[in-house]
Amino acid sequence: MSVDRRQFLADTTKLLLLTGAASRAWAFVEQGRPQDAPGYDVHRHWWAMFIDIEKCIGCGLCVDACKVENDVPPEAHYSRTWVERYHVPDRDPLDPLAEPQPRVDSPDGGRHGFPEIYPPGTGGKSFFVPKLCNHCAHSPCVQVCPVGATFESPDGVVLVDKDYCVGCRYCVQACPYGCRYIDPRTQTVDKCTLCYHRITRGLTTACCEVCPTGARQFGDLKNPRDPIHDLLRAHKVQVLKPQMATGSKVYYAGLDAAVR
Amino acid sequence: MHTLPAVEGFMYPNEMELQWSVLIVLYPFLTGLVAGAFILASLQRVFKVQAVAPTYRLSLLTALAFLLVAPLPLQLHLGHPERSFEMFLTPHRSSAMAMFGFVYLWYLLAVLVIEIWLEYRPYLVGRARATTGATRLFYRALTLGSENLSPRSLEIDDRVGRFVTVIGIPSAFLLHGYVGFIFGSVKANPWWSTPLMPIVFLFSAIVSGIAAVLLIYLFYTWAKRIPLDMPCLDTMAKYLYYAFLVDFALELLDLVHRVYEADESFHTLDFMVKTRLYGSQLVGQIFLGTLVPLGMLALTQLVALSERARKGLYAGAAALTLVGIFLMRWNVVIGGQLFSKSFLGYTTYKMEFATREGLLPAILVMLLPLAVLWALVRLLPPMAATPPETEAR
Repeated sequence: MSVDRRQFLADTTKLLLLTGAASRAWAFVEQGRPQDAPGYDVHRHWWAMFIDIEKCIGCGLCVDACKVENDVPPEAHYSRTWVERYHVPDRDPLDPLAEPQPRVDSPDGGRHGFPEIYPPGTGGKSFFVPKLCNHCAHSPCVQVCPVGATFESPDGVVLVDKDYCVGCRYCVQACPYGCRYIDPRTQTVDKCTLCYHRITRGLTTACCEVCPTGARQFGDLKNPRDPIHDLLRAHKVQVLKPQMATGSKVYYAGLDAAVR
Repeated sequence: MHTLPAVEGFMYPNEMELQWSVLIVLYPFLTGLVAGAFILASLQRVFKVQAVAPTYRLSLLTALAFLLVAPLPLQLHLGHPERSFEMFLTPHRSSAMAMFGFVYLWYLLAVLVIEIWLEYRPYLVGRARATTGATRLFYRALTLGSENLSPRSLEIDDRVGRFVTVIGIPSAFLLHGYVGFIFGSVKANPWWSTPLMPIVFLFSAIVSGIAAVLLIYLFYTWAKRIPLDMPCLDTMAKYLYYAFLVDFALELLDLVHRVYEADESFHTLDFMVKTRLYGSQLVGQIFLGTLVPLGMLALTQLVALSERARKGLYAGAAALTLVGIFLMRWNVVIGGQLFSKSFLGYTTYKMEFATREGLLPAILVMLLPLAVLWALVRLLPPMAATPPETEAR
C-alpha cells in the first residue's frame, strides 16, 4: 500500500491531535471529572459489554492484552480480567438427584490459555467464562467507599481515584464478583476501567480489540446504531449473580446455570 | 514476594489473598469492650444498680483506654493512613465505614470524656489544692478552671452527668451496632450479610465489656490490696450471665435460620465451619468460649458456693468469655474471607509475625489499652474518695 506525502501528513496530524486530546482527557479522568474532558461528552454514552460464551476459546489473549495495556502486576491474583474454565460433569443416571458439581480452574488467570485436562470423550461439558468488572449501575463497591474514591462516571464506568483511595479494602469485600485487588505498588485499589483512556478516544477496550473470535463485544447503549443492540436482541442474555441486583452491564450469552 | 496461601477448589484470582487481617479482628473486639464497659457503668448511673457502684469509675476508665486505642488497628491496616482524615473532610455518606469517624468522635468527646470529667471534677479540684508545683498545674489544667465544689455545683454535675449517660447508652449502642452493620450490610458476603449482625455484635460487646471490667476489678483490688466488694462481683457475674444468654440465643437464632433456610451459600459455609473454622468456631468460640463459661456462671447462680469458689469461677468464666468473644470476631472477619464468593473453593489465612499487619503489632495493639488504663488509673484513681473539703470557695 502506498501512502503519498499529503496522506501521511494528514494521518500523522490526526494521530497527534487524537493522542494529545486523549492525554488531556486522561488528566480530567484522574481528577474524577471525566465529564470535563475535551472532545468527549460523558453524558452521551452508557458503556456495556456483551460476552458470548459459545465463542470464547480460552486463548487468554484478552487477559494478556489487559495486563500489558493497563500495566497490571503480572501475578494472577492481581487481575482486572481473567478467564475461567468450567467443567460440568454428566449427571449420574444412578443418582439423578445429585446435582453435578462444576470443576473450575483459571491457571494464571487464563493468560496463557488452558492445558487440556478434559479431552474429548471424558463426558460432561466444558466452556470458558471471561470475567471482568461488571460496571454495575448500582455498585456495591461505590456504595461502601468511605471517601468516595471509587465512583460511577456518568457514562456508566466504575472508576477509582488513586490519589484519594485510602486503601481500606472495603470495596474489595463488597464486590460480589471478585473484580478488585490492591495494587501492591500504590497500596490503592485497582480494577478494570473499561480501558477508559481508549474508549474516550473512540477506541474499543484492549480485551475486545485482541479477542480473535469476537466473544467480547464492547458497546454504547446510548447509541441507537451501536451493534450491541442487535447482539442483545438476537441472544438470550443473563448477567452474573442477578440476585445481587447490582445493575451489572456485562451481558452474557449462553451462560450456564453452574456459573457464579 | 511471599507465597500464596493454600487454596482448595476454585477462588476468583483476586480472592486468594485475604484483605482484612488480624488487625481488623481487633477493631471490633476493642470497640466492643468500650461499649460493654460503658453500658456496665451506666447500670449504676442510670439504672440505679448500686451494687456495681465500686466499678463505676473503673468501667469508664476502661472504656476510655480501649476507645483511645480502637482506631489504631485501622490506621495500621490502611494502605494510605495519611489520607484517613479525608473521611472527616469529605465523607461518603452512603458508606457505613465513613460514619465511623463521626460516631467515634461523638462518643469520645460528647459522652465519655465529659462523663469522666464530671465524675472526677471534685477529685481534680482536691488534687489541685493539695499538691504543689507541676502536679498542681497539671490537675488545675484538668479542672478547666471549674473549681466550685459547692453542693449546688455538685448537684448540677450530677444532673448533667446523668443526662450525658442517658445519651451515652444509645451512643454506645450506635458505636458497636454500627460496627456490626459494617459487616452485616455487605450483601456480597453471605457469612456477614444478616440484619442480626449489629445486634449480635452489640450483645457480644456488652458481654465482653462486663467480663473485661470484672477481670480488671479483680486484678486491681488484688494488686492494690483493696478489699473486694463481693456483692458487686456477684452482681457483675449475674449481669454477665444474663447478657451472655441473650447473646448466645441471638447467635443460635442466626445459626438455626441459616440451617433452616439453607440457601445457595449454605453448603459452602457449612463445610467451612466444619473444617477451616472447626478449631476457632466449634471448639474455641462455641464450646470453650461460650458453653463452658455459661456453665460456670450457671453453677454460681444455682448452687450456694463459698466466696473463694465463686471468685475462681467468675475469673475463669470471664477469661474464657473474652477468649470466646475474640474468637467470635475472628470467625466473622477471617471466616468471611476464607470461602470464595463463587462458593466453589476455600483459601487459608496465613498470619505473618513482625510485619505491619502481623501477630506482633496485633499483640502490641492489644496490650496498649492496658498500658493506657494503667496510666489513667494512676492519674485518676478509681477508688479515691471525693476530697472532704467540698465547701464553696
